[in-house]
Amino acid sequence: MSNELTWVVGGQQGEGIDTTGEILASALNRLGYYIYGYRTFGSRIKGGHTNYRIRIAQRPVYGIAPQIDVLIAFDQDSINRLAGEMAPGGVVVFNGKGGRGKLPPGVEGVRLIEVPMVDLARELGNPIMKNMVGVGVSAALLGLAPEDIEPIIDERFAGKGGKLVEANKTALRRGYDAALQALGEADGHLHLAPADGRRRYLMTGDEAAAFGALVAGCRLVAAYPITPASEIMHWLVKKLPQYGGVVVQSEDEIAAISTVIGAGYAGVRALTSTSGPGFSLMQEALGYAGMIEAPCVIVNVQRAGPSTGMPTKHEQSDLFEMVMGSHGDLPRIVLAPVTIEDCFYGAVDAFNLADRYQTPVILALDLALGLAKQTVEGIDFERVRIDRGAVALPDDLNWEGGDFKRYRFTDTGISPRSLPGMPGGLHLATGLEHDETGHITEDRGNRVRMMQKRLRKFTQVDGVEAVRYEGPEQPEVLLVGWGASYGALREAREILTERGVATGHAHIRLLAPFPAGPVAELLGRARHVIVAENNAQGQLAALMRQHIDSADKARLRTLNKYDGTLFLPAEIVEPVLAAVSPMAASAKEVG
Amino acid sequence: MATVIRTPKDYRTNAAPWWCPGCGDFGVLRALQEAAAKLNLAPENVVLVAGIGCSGKIGDYFRSYSVHTVHGRTMPVAMGIKLANRDLTVIAAGGDGDGYGIGLNHFIHAVRRNIDITYIVMDNHIYGLTKGQFSPTSAQGFKTTSSPAGTADRPIKPLQLALSAGVTYLAQAFSSHPDHMAEIIAEAIQHKGFSLVNCISPCVTYNKVNTYDFYKERLVNLDEDPDYDPRNYDLAVETVRKYDELVIGRIYIDDSQPSYQDLLPGYAEEPLVKARLEYEPEHWQAILKEFA
Repeated sequence: MSNELTWVVGGQQGEGIDTTGEILASALNRLGYYIYGYRTFGSRIKGGHTNYRIRIAQRPVYGIAPQIDVLIAFDQDSINRLAGEMAPGGVVVFNGKGGRGKLPPGVEGVRLIEVPMVDLARELGNPIMKNMVGVGVSAALLGLAPEDIEPIIDERFAGKGGKLVEANKTALRRGYDAALQALGEADGHLHLAPADGRRRYLMTGDEAAAFGALVAGCRLVAAYPITPASEIMHWLVKKLPQYGGVVVQSEDEIAAISTVIGAGYAGVRALTSTSGPGFSLMQEALGYAGMIEAPCVIVNVQRAGPSTGMPTKHEQSDLFEMVMGSHGDLPRIVLAPVTIEDCFYGAVDAFNLADRYQTPVILALDLALGLAKQTVEGIDFERVRIDRGAVALPDDLNWEGGDFKRYRFTDTGISPRSLPGMPGGLHLATGLEHDETGHITEDRGNRVRMMQKRLRKFTQVDGVEAVRYEGPEQPEVLLVGWGASYGALREAREILTERGVATGHAHIRLLAPFPAGPVAELLGRARHVIVAENNAQGQLAALMRQHIDSADKARLRTLNKYDGTLFLPAEIVEPVLAAVSPMAASAKEVG
Repeated sequence: MATVIRTPKDYRTNAAPWWCPGCGDFGVLRALQEAAAKLNLAPENVVLVAGIGCSGKIGDYFRSYSVHTVHGRTMPVAMGIKLANRDLTVIAAGGDGDGYGIGLNHFIHAVRRNIDITYIVMDNHIYGLTKGQFSPTSAQGFKTTSSPAGTADRPIKPLQLALSAGVTYLAQAFSSHPDHMAEIIAEAIQHKGFSLVNCISPCVTYNKVNTYDFYKERLVNLDEDPDYDPRNYDLAVETVRKYDELVIGRIYIDDSQPSYQDLLPGYAEEPLVKARLEYEPEHWQAILKEFA
């Protein structure tokens, strides 16, 4: 029996491979296992390899594991691609469209068994049900009972008729029985040790961010479809109508953010979701929102770039653009959630900050964070506070009897805003430089004061977690990262600690304004600092160097992976061990 | 409470217009102020969304909530404001470069959505503020600083474009006739759906072809033609083609189409800006259960 296993199903896109993974993940979640589910797919609708990987554990897991224990392969291509990752004693179940499966040369200690999944489904009258046969096979291998899966089938196919439900249940049983028959004995180590059966929740980062936005009071979404961000719009379009809200599928990303800025200016919490190429198009509007001080939230679910890059592959390479993009001196807030659960809280923070600082807030997700499905213990809704920031009260309006000073010089830099419809709050909101009332001016003194007012808002951003630190008070090694690499870094810390290297892990959550103080303090505690991120240029490391002392700069090493996949813990552990040993050369690249 | 009766003066700001003497945009501003007075609109319930260029400055001179957008983005910004608060009167205003050049995409999409805003385009067939380059509506062969040999581009025909995109209120007006323009703008504001008022607004500094006299000699006023029926789509298409768009008055009106807001599922009758945001934790727990 095992406390942790990795299961993968592989096949052609458009064949329902995801459904196989989704159903099994749901069943495992109900049994109380912790899940990390990750899809690998290409930028096409049908055809081409896809796989759905589920790490099943008895403790929270935040990333993928290095080895596969069970592979359900619907074609030889899936075996060819994944057999090299099989754990010793692992099982590959094969059934393609004729012919026998073959393990590639050099793959040893792995058992290949044939189960006629497609034929069984065909016998039941519908070859697509091979997926449900595959679920049955998986249940047998992992030591689950068909009864553990059946309620999921009931729910998933409810409304599609009892016949379909029954057919799928039959397919499940056939797969289960066939696997038991084909397996024989001695595969008990693949059985999962029983889990606690507690109710937990499975969600993607996109779903968590969308849910967070809804709870935070977001009532308008304008977005243009793009991988891997579209799921945010998809989730909200199902919910917002129940709250009187609206989702606009815009004609392009420029329109999307402009609509959001219009709504934000008029007092509605609004969101646009996008990925790198779309975010690039939004740069001009980003500066405009900063200049008219309109709150808006942009969720950027990063993917591999530059340009259209690799649309379905993971990367963390928009940091420079998020932190520095758009022309001029533009203060903005960039928040990078740490986990899928944190995508929820991050979205809530983003809306509060946007209103409080009257500025664009970028919520930085990445593909792995956006699309991976992970167990969430629960959401603490009591923690959610809606802070609309400084909205002018009737008494504040008609400032000094003249025009309303929408951009009034204040100590905090934050000026109470009026919303259209408020008598006495009339003003001009313009992207041109303006005075306190909004009137256009190029007066030198006003320019300096107005620029300082805008910048002053960002001298300190309060009320959000800026850095998450885990580890000892005095670590020898400090690992630093952001976004979805949290899981790999967390496990790397655990492994290094076991090997006697006192390791700490700082995950940067607030990228702009950069929390220089807390980060410098953490760097000061450790002898070695290693910044691991999924981009080629070391963008976070560069940002850190911009904000830390030269002594710390010299100690900073970078570890970059940019092949479109997540870090594995070993890919961090090994370079760290090399770096801390006296003989070591500088950290190597994994890309 | 006594009813406030407003005059065009109530829609004036203290800012003095930065337009060249004789600019057609003065007429448009005057017409807009007259239209607002005619409808007795409370300035705080009006948002004027302006574009970039000479025309875009109108937002600084018209007293209401006023938004001066970046180049070409008046339509989506106006749409965001209208969706946020459907009780507001949202008027967008900009030039031919702003609306039919950089913003053309948004213009067509705003028309096809039939969102309830009024769009006033101050069309002078030239880029004025950048010192006299040809614009999307300039005639082919037009000589300017950026087309010394005459532009090779053929012009955008905004009226035909709007008709083909499904516009539900289309009119054209001329700066020399601000009272007529005011009447049309007032009617366009009252139209439930997207309304385009293309305002011929001559540039006296850079455009020596499309002058006041040029238009006075050519423009045909459809409002004075008893045989013209602005509810006849085919006639509208035929007429704007026949006169090569040199017409003023009401060109096409269709009151039968629902507006974008009316078709949005679940979209509240009360302004979205007043929607309830906070709910009890138990409410959200029910949604969380969908993830179990």
